[in-house]
Amino acid sequence: MPENITAVAMSGGVDSSVVAGLLHRNGEHVAGMTMQLWNQRRLPELVPEHPTGRCCSLDDVYDARHVAQLLGIPYYVVNFEQRFEEQVVRPFVDEYMAGRTPVPCTLCNNFIKFDQFLEMASGIGAERIATGHYARIAQNEETGRWEMRRSVDQAKDQTYFLFGLKQDQLARTRFPLGGMEKPQVRELARELGIPTAAKPDSQEICFVPNGDYAAFIDSYFKEQGITPADTRGELVSSDGHVMGEHAGVHHFTVGQRRGLRVAVGEPLYVISTEPATQRVVIGRNDELLRASMRVKNVNWISIAPPTEPLRAAVKIRNKHSAAQAALRVNSSDVAPDGAVEVLFDEPQRAVTPGQGAVFYSGDLVLGGGWIE
Amino acid sequence: MDPKEAISVPRYYFDHNATTPVSPEIFAAMAPVMTEAYGNASSIHYFGQEARRLLDDARREVASMIGARAEEVVFTSGGTEADNMALFAAGRDGHVIATAAEHPAVLQTCAQLPNATMVPVDGSGLVNPDDIRRALRPDTVLISVMHVNNELGVIQPVEEVAAVARAAGVPFHSDGVQAVGKIPVNLAGIDFYSISAHKIYGPKGAGALFVRKGAALRPLLFGGPHERKMRAGTENVAGAVGFARAARWVREESAVEAARQGGLRDHLEQEILHRVPGAYVNGAGAPRVANTSNMRFDGIDSEPLLIALDLRGFAVSSGSACSSGATEPSHVLAAMGLSKLQARSSVRISLGRSNTVEQVDALIDAVVHVVAQLRKLAPAYA
Repeated sequence: MPENITAVAMSGGVDSSVVAGLLHRNGEHVAGMTMQLWNQRRLPELVPEHPTGRCCSLDDVYDARHVAQLLGIPYYVVNFEQRFEEQVVRPFVDEYMAGRTPVPCTLCNNFIKFDQFLEMASGIGAERIATGHYARIAQNEETGRWEMRRSVDQAKDQTYFLFGLKQDQLARTRFPLGGMEKPQVRELARELGIPTAAKPDSQEICFVPNGDYAAFIDSYFKEQGITPADTRGELVSSDGHVMGEHAGVHHFTVGQRRGLRVAVGEPLYVISTEPATQRVVIGRNDELLRASMRVKNVNWISIAPPTEPLRAAVKIRNKHSAAQAALRVNSSDVAPDGAVEVLFDEPQRAVTPGQGAVFYSGDLVLGGGWIE
Repeated sequence: MDPKEAISVPRYYFDHNATTPVSPEIFAAMAPVMTEAYGNASSIHYFGQEARRLLDDARREVASMIGARAEEVVFTSGGTEADNMALFAAGRDGHVIATAAEHPAVLQTCAQLPNATMVPVDGSGLVNPDDIRRALRPDTVLISVMHVNNELGVIQPVEEVAAVARAAGVPFHSDGVQAVGKIPVNLAGIDFYSISAHKIYGPKGAGALFVRKGAALRPLLFGGPHERKMRAGTENVAGAVGFARAARWVREESAVEAARQGGLRDHLEQEILHRVPGAYVNGAGAPRVANTSNMRFDGIDSEPLLIALDLRGFAVSSGSACSSGATEPSHVLAAMGLSKLQARSSVRISLGRSNTVEQVDALIDAVVHVVAQLRKLAPAYA
């Protein structure tokens, strides 16, 4: 039995291919693995002629296998479809139906990539996993604590989706691309002879073709033979005036402008969705501003669960530039899974329930949780 | 970068039901057919005649392996094509009866036919001939029951099914791909029988369909008048020659080899059952061929088990691979009543000529070790 095997999660994309190539070049024992997560053929009406979200397409498996063959490393496809549906797809659908805006990539990281995949890696006898995520992890030599930092390439940084990682997971995970810029990665891909060096980056929600999540939810319900609760209802202003009707709360997310079909001369946005009354509240841009929020199920990564208030830069969605805020930790529910009160220095637009909130101190990822 | 084997361990092959290595002597017999006797067997000149002679000799040898006449053997590209040919030839104008444990080559072809009944199998994977009889309809035109199951190694009661077919006057097809070379084949009462070379140390891409004289056959492939107009396409003479050499091995030596493998298989099963709690042999209650062992381990997912064994150098298999290469729970194990979880905790070990008792002992140790490791990681297993 070869010792010291690293299981590399290979999606068929450039990033994970470079990870496999790099570790192999460094003389490590590498096993390439592709997670089969979702069968695109299940909802064929969603797959357009040129799909952009291409999770687990056969082409990706062929690409990953091709890279593994070129490197001469063993390669396996493992079937995680059942777990992915239970832990990612269904919660994704349920969250939208409940009027929240979920982050499936975080769920996938928490329950699939850094849970089931790590378990699979242990099962096959691998000591650790490596992925193509853009983030840095290192052990603090003084405290022994594993710390996470934003990637050097700020535009590619994926720490927003990684706030759920626990110490034992971090200890067995490598992100070899965290210290690189993307062009450097593509250059390495060419240098390593990886044939997919020019392949475009993947999209955010891999199992939802073209990002049309409402169409996905409708098709999924149809496939499951579920008649979804009728979530049609009224569009109302924040002072309760009925402004029109809508086709279902799952079509809306906070801050959304399109699809409202209400003409009042000034742009209107979704302020909130109210699943209980099936109403969608709309209003002016300035009504989207919030000075505070509550974040639950907080996981502290780079620091021990704090007992005193602290300051942090807080990111409330992936493309948000982190906003300065004061964090108040409720002493009765400090970690694990405690809740945090966030008071922004400047009110923030479109604080969206269901999204993640990630706390930073400079590059350091302190922790994160879910916006209530 | 030069491809090199990054993880280097001694390799042991225990997946002979998937395919077998070509014997060096078979390979040696095939090579000059490709480089010297390369004529088209349909050509009238010297080169064509040489190829024709080799093809006809090969056909006689393959026929004699299964007790058939040479003119009853139609060469195909393999077992899948033979199954397709039999089912489409005899099954497309009426009702077909097959079993739920058939190979995908039969199962998926039945799905393409207008009318097919899939008869269930029992807890050992065996079909009850009475169930076949009860499934008969006035418009039944074909019964198809595999001889030996590829995943379990269990031997179906084909003689009794043949009797049911004969009594009803319905043609009977059997997929014998996993039977030849493992047990004696008697074609009494069988009208169509599929065989393949690469399961018996012959080359891939060579197979045949036995078609009883007088049985109605229609071609799948159209073109030239090859194979008595039943299978168009330039004959694969080298493949046929390799197949014939493999057939000779089956006639002359496979019985002794099967007895040897049976001893190894019993040793393997006894040791694993003895050393691993919560281990079972799927299909143990049925008559089985000597080389196949399908084993189940409580609380184990076969996917990491297979990969861990492969990384240690042991090649075994499980279920069936889907198009991506991920494993899917076996339809055979589901058909015999195992739960999805049980089906997912099963692996197939299929022995072959090269396996020694030392290799089997090494495999036993590896299975015992990996199963224990996996159970440590799965707290659900008590």
